[in-house]
Amino acid sequence: MSAEAPTSHRFPDNARAALADETLQRGLASAKVGFRVRRSEAAARLPEFETLRDEARDIKDHVLAHLDLYLEAFETRVTERGGHVHWARNAAEARDTVLTICRAAGAKTVTKGKSMISEEIGLNAFLEDNDIEPVETDLGEYIIQLRHEAPSHIIAPAFHVPKAEVAETFQKHHTTLDPNRPLEQPRQLLEEARAMLRDRFLAADVGITGANFLIAETGATVIVTNEGNGDLTQTLPRVHIVLASLEKVVPTLEDATTILRVLARSATGQEFTSYTTFSTGPRRGEDLDGPHEFHVVLLDNGRSALVGTELQDVLRCIRCGACMNHCPVFGVIGGHAYGWVYPGPIGAVLSPALIGVEEAHHLPSASTFCGRCESVCPMRIPLPGLMRHLRERGFQRGIPPAAQRWGLRLWAFLARRPRLYRLATALPLRLLGRLGRRSGRFRSLPLAGGWTSQRDLPAPQGPSFQSLWDRAGGRREPPR
Amino acid sequence: MTDARPNVALFLTCLVDLFRPAVGFAAVKLLEEAGCTVTVPRAQTCCGQPAYNSGDRADAAAIVRRTLPVLEPFDYIVAPSGSCAAMLRLHWPALVADEPAYAERAAAVAAKTWELTQFLVDVRAMESVDAAYEGVAVYHDSCSGLRELGVREQPRRLLQGVAGLTVKDLGAPEECCGFGGLFAVKYPDISGRMVSDKADDIETTGADTLLAGDLGCLMNMAGRLKRRGSAVRARHVAEILAGATGSVPPIGEGES
Repeated sequence: MSAEAPTSHRFPDNARAALADETLQRGLASAKVGFRVRRSEAAARLPEFETLRDEARDIKDHVLAHLDLYLEAFETRVTERGGHVHWARNAAEARDTVLTICRAAGAKTVTKGKSMISEEIGLNAFLEDNDIEPVETDLGEYIIQLRHEAPSHIIAPAFHVPKAEVAETFQKHHTTLDPNRPLEQPRQLLEEARAMLRDRFLAADVGITGANFLIAETGATVIVTNEGNGDLTQTLPRVHIVLASLEKVVPTLEDATTILRVLARSATGQEFTSYTTFSTGPRRGEDLDGPHEFHVVLLDNGRSALVGTELQDVLRCIRCGACMNHCPVFGVIGGHAYGWVYPGPIGAVLSPALIGVEEAHHLPSASTFCGRCESVCPMRIPLPGLMRHLRERGFQRGIPPAAQRWGLRLWAFLARRPRLYRLATALPLRLLGRLGRRSGRFRSLPLAGGWTSQRDLPAPQGPSFQSLWDRAGGRREPPR
Repeated sequence: MTDARPNVALFLTCLVDLFRPAVGFAAVKLLEEAGCTVTVPRAQTCCGQPAYNSGDRADAAAIVRRTLPVLEPFDYIVAPSGSCAAMLRLHWPALVADEPAYAERAAAVAAKTWELTQFLVDVRAMESVDAAYEGVAVYHDSCSGLRELGVREQPRRLLQGVAGLTVKDLGAPEECCGFGGLFAVKYPDISGRMVSDKADDIETTGADTLLAGDLGCLMNMAGRLKRRGSAVRARHVAEILAGATGSVPPIGEGES
């Protein structure tokens, strides 16, 4: 059993379906405004915000230059405190490791905090196939687990589900409750989920969380949440498993707090999330609570191969979601169209980097390079530049359709030969100019269907500037 | 205004050259008013963005090598487009960074390349223009100019001097119009929704005129506005600043 097969290769179809989904469209239109306003206000309130972005970038660049060193230090600290670190080269190894730990604990149910790595390795389906019930405890994740859907946003997994549909989902699944109970208010939905989850927290044998940071100097793992579900997931069961990818490590507690200062502000516009939880090993003799076993599964899954390449910068990502919240493409198609775990601009780089350009070549191409993602990324990841690099990889492998490739090459051939370029453009230009003179535009035109399916094509004036400039006797050489 | 009379090469951009020469003539007029001697080098074609942004790096670099010597002799290179100016300024040096014969030359050309309104205001300290236009315009900030070059206040400052003109901002001024070069034809459905949202925003302002500094974005927005029967007139900002609106109908409109 592997993670659900990606559908990124069908991106244009996925996008068309998303554009036709009116419920999704209404949700997208309202949600993006809120995220953007809150992030911009939070950044404006903190005078040193831009400086912190530089510091955050530098911390991760330093880590990536010494990744082995900090990971080994982290492992040593975790082991010293009685925890276990498990190295997983790929998704299958990570799943097997989790299963082995769960079986050793005799686990029937596991509670889960929000984890993108769990999505990446397809953990829930795998556990179910092995007769272990995973219970998502983050409200958004809980909702989409009931609906058998994938997250559509990395910090708001149920971004695509309107409130009324959440109520329907709860009515359908929470059959022990009064069917006439009111479920209109967000608070009512939250309290119902909380009540339903309470027993699950107490009954769970294993708790699985992700990690926003791994701190090399202390061996601590850190999660940030707003619901407190992460704390219950990791303190109540006997066994706590942390799922994290390699690049989450930072050298010191100080470094983690520097990045924390840009994380929540970029994500939700909060100065800090409601909970920032540090886990350092299993319960000690004098502790009143905490797990008896503490495991960290460190997933590579293609990341170490990016170190030292043109794509290394993507490993600075702290999964705040600011890039997708500001992306005009994500803003009209939502997250599912991207066809794999990570949507938006970060997904447009990470997906081809991790699952291959062949599968995910559309994602970096489906960008206008408007640059807004880079302008808000707290880690200053040059996302458009990385997408362009991935387009180059695709072009080298001959992925764009032949007509497109040869069209471009012909254009570039002419662009290097100005005289030929003039000759080749003059006649069509004059023709289009004459045909379009009266209306000033074309509703349709042979070979321009991509353009005219959506908009009229403004007609050219007729003669080129260059020919008019010649007629006017304009200056051609710089004065001596 | 500064005293020296610099030699400026007008980098037309392929869209202005082929689709809307009026923008080129307006740019020439403005640059001359700003005290420049303007030349239009014959051997220019395209900045190479279609190839560069499609992953065809080799062809893009070849266009850079071919075009550099055409632009090198001038004090400044000015383009009536934020996107093409940004290509010369930021991406040409990156494209030939590993080629000793071209790297420094590309950096030198990049350092003297400017977007038109930015050059007029920031380099030539132009404060006002001699133009009039009756109407209420909304100004769209094209993404490359805005985020790669920092063009925002310069066109607005110059537009303040146009008699009879009121300039408004869009509801979502930083939102992309959905053009993105070949993106508009490769992903027409997504691009169409983006430009449709932009057209809504434009019409909601109540403006009768749409202005921007990039012809690609303007053709996209004007094309959508015309497709839905909107009366909003689209023009390149240089046409208004140069008082050249009499020479050519608005973008996408005919002579009738």
